[in-house]
Amino acid sequence: MAIILDARSLCKAFGAVVAASEVSAAIEKDSIVGLIGTNGAGKTTFINIVTGYLKPDRGSIAYEGRDITRLPPRDITRLGICRSFQIPQLYGSLSVFENMMIGIGIVLRNAGLAGYFSRGAALVPGYGEPADAVAERILGRFGLLEYRDRNAQVLPGGARKLLDIALAMVARPRILLLDEPTSGVSAQEKFGIMQMVLEAVRAEGATVLFVEHDMEVVSRFAQRVLAFYDGRIIADAPPHAALAHPEVKRYVVGTRA
Amino acid sequence: MNHAGKRRDRTVAVLLTSFSILVVTGPWLPQWAMFIMTVAVARGLVVLGLLLLLRAGLVSFGQALFYCLGAYSAGALGRFFGISDIFVEMLVGGAVAAATAFVLGFLLARYRGIFFGLLSLALSMILYGLLVKSEALGSTDGFNILPSTLFGIRPGAEWVRYAVLVSAAAVALVAALLVHRYLDTPLGRLAPAIKDNEIRVEYMGASARRAVHVKYVIAGGLAGVGGALAATAVGHIDPEMAYWTTSGEFIFIAILAGTGNVVAPFVGALIYGAIHTLAYDLSPNTWQMTLGVALLLLIVFLPNGLWSAFSRFRWR
Repeated sequence: MAIILDARSLCKAFGAVVAASEVSAAIEKDSIVGLIGTNGAGKTTFINIVTGYLKPDRGSIAYEGRDITRLPPRDITRLGICRSFQIPQLYGSLSVFENMMIGIGIVLRNAGLAGYFSRGAALVPGYGEPADAVAERILGRFGLLEYRDRNAQVLPGGARKLLDIALAMVARPRILLLDEPTSGVSAQEKFGIMQMVLEAVRAEGATVLFVEHDMEVVSRFAQRVLAFYDGRIIADAPPHAALAHPEVKRYVVGTRA
Repeated sequence: MNHAGKRRDRTVAVLLTSFSILVVTGPWLPQWAMFIMTVAVARGLVVLGLLLLLRAGLVSFGQALFYCLGAYSAGALGRFFGISDIFVEMLVGGAVAAATAFVLGFLLARYRGIFFGLLSLALSMILYGLLVKSEALGSTDGFNILPSTLFGIRPGAEWVRYAVLVSAAAVALVAALLVHRYLDTPLGRLAPAIKDNEIRVEYMGASARRAVHVKYVIAGGLAGVGGALAATAVGHIDPEMAYWTTSGEFIFIAILAGTGNVVAPFVGALIYGAIHTLAYDLSPNTWQMTLGVALLLLIVFLPNGLWSAFSRFRWR
């Protein structure tokens, strides 16, 4: 299968703390990859490097053969790599619908369809619908329509998480990085949320990388697992093989090998 | 924000109606009222620019920089080139201020919060310091501005104030309509998003810094136009126009008015002018106290500005 994202020998240290050490991974197009590891193992650092928030000390990242190592987050987003956040990053003073409209406005702007005096009435590229219809469609897909006019600040935790992911979906990413999509969500809701998110994402045909602590979720939804420990990738295999790996058992899952 | 026509937006109608009423009833207004209104329009233009920045969460304590630049550009046109046409003065004042804001914007757009505020304040005080030291521009005394002309015609003495007021109002009308339109575009709507969560803005593919830079240039240009207008209305300019208290006045008006609508800055400036004049008339030595009490009452009872009282009648 074609490689869409190729990370090579990424290294990143914060003082004495090594957050990434020779991290290499080639991600296949349309795959679903689970990133596992204890807190501080380097999962979020990996996501931060891929999305341009952190610059690696060494190593490189190629997206469809193009080097994106030094690009800022907005340029990487424009290329089609989007992310969600462990702590939802929303526009707290705006309604759920307005949150979506901000994102769609940026998409229109980046497509050259919204200038200083154009209201952005054009059809949203990739959707072929006007902005408000697109916003409602995505909200509907994530089950958020009932919160449409609620302030983003006062949403329940699960809805905040979903809105954060919905915002990342607006630009129709080719690669979507989800940082702990089910953290802070009750155990019963976890599978529902993952199901909903992955269905929405797969409908758009995107490659997904998600950080997850619940091994049941990982083995059910991931096709491949990258296990992080101490800034390194200690296992890179399909879920059953990765979770059976002795180092993963000892350092990540927490059972004796 | 856009709610797909659920609420009717009457801003354009209100602006056009107010302008028409002003043009028709203007000749019957007393001279002092025309003067207060012209100065209010000048200040309103500055605050209109401030509104753009405030919506993005940025408080500029230095809009006096651009106000003063606009005024001195207008003054220089008369002093060095003998030009006194009010529209040329406003155009040049706005252009000089906007160009300066464009250059300074590369620095300022990197800062937020108190750093942005204090840096803008420092820059305006630099201009103040320069003007105070420059003999050619009248030092602390400043200099007088040539009487205004309109497309090469000098209106009769009793018509000057009316001509200046209508010209000012016409420019303010166009500015308000353009800003109103801008606020309803995806770019304009980015302001509250930048205020709320700049990282998310970047991660959705937009440059917050660039958006701030654009707003800063627009605000600078509007302040320059306002400064040129104030110069020609008052007939005199001095370095006080760049002093930090002048910037404070603009922020005062912005808080008084609220940032809800492009009409608000002009209403706020007019009320500020009226309170100021009244307070000064009643007690010339303690007028600041009256203004202070007015602001205090407002913050307690209408924390979102005077405009929040209007918006209860379903305006926006």
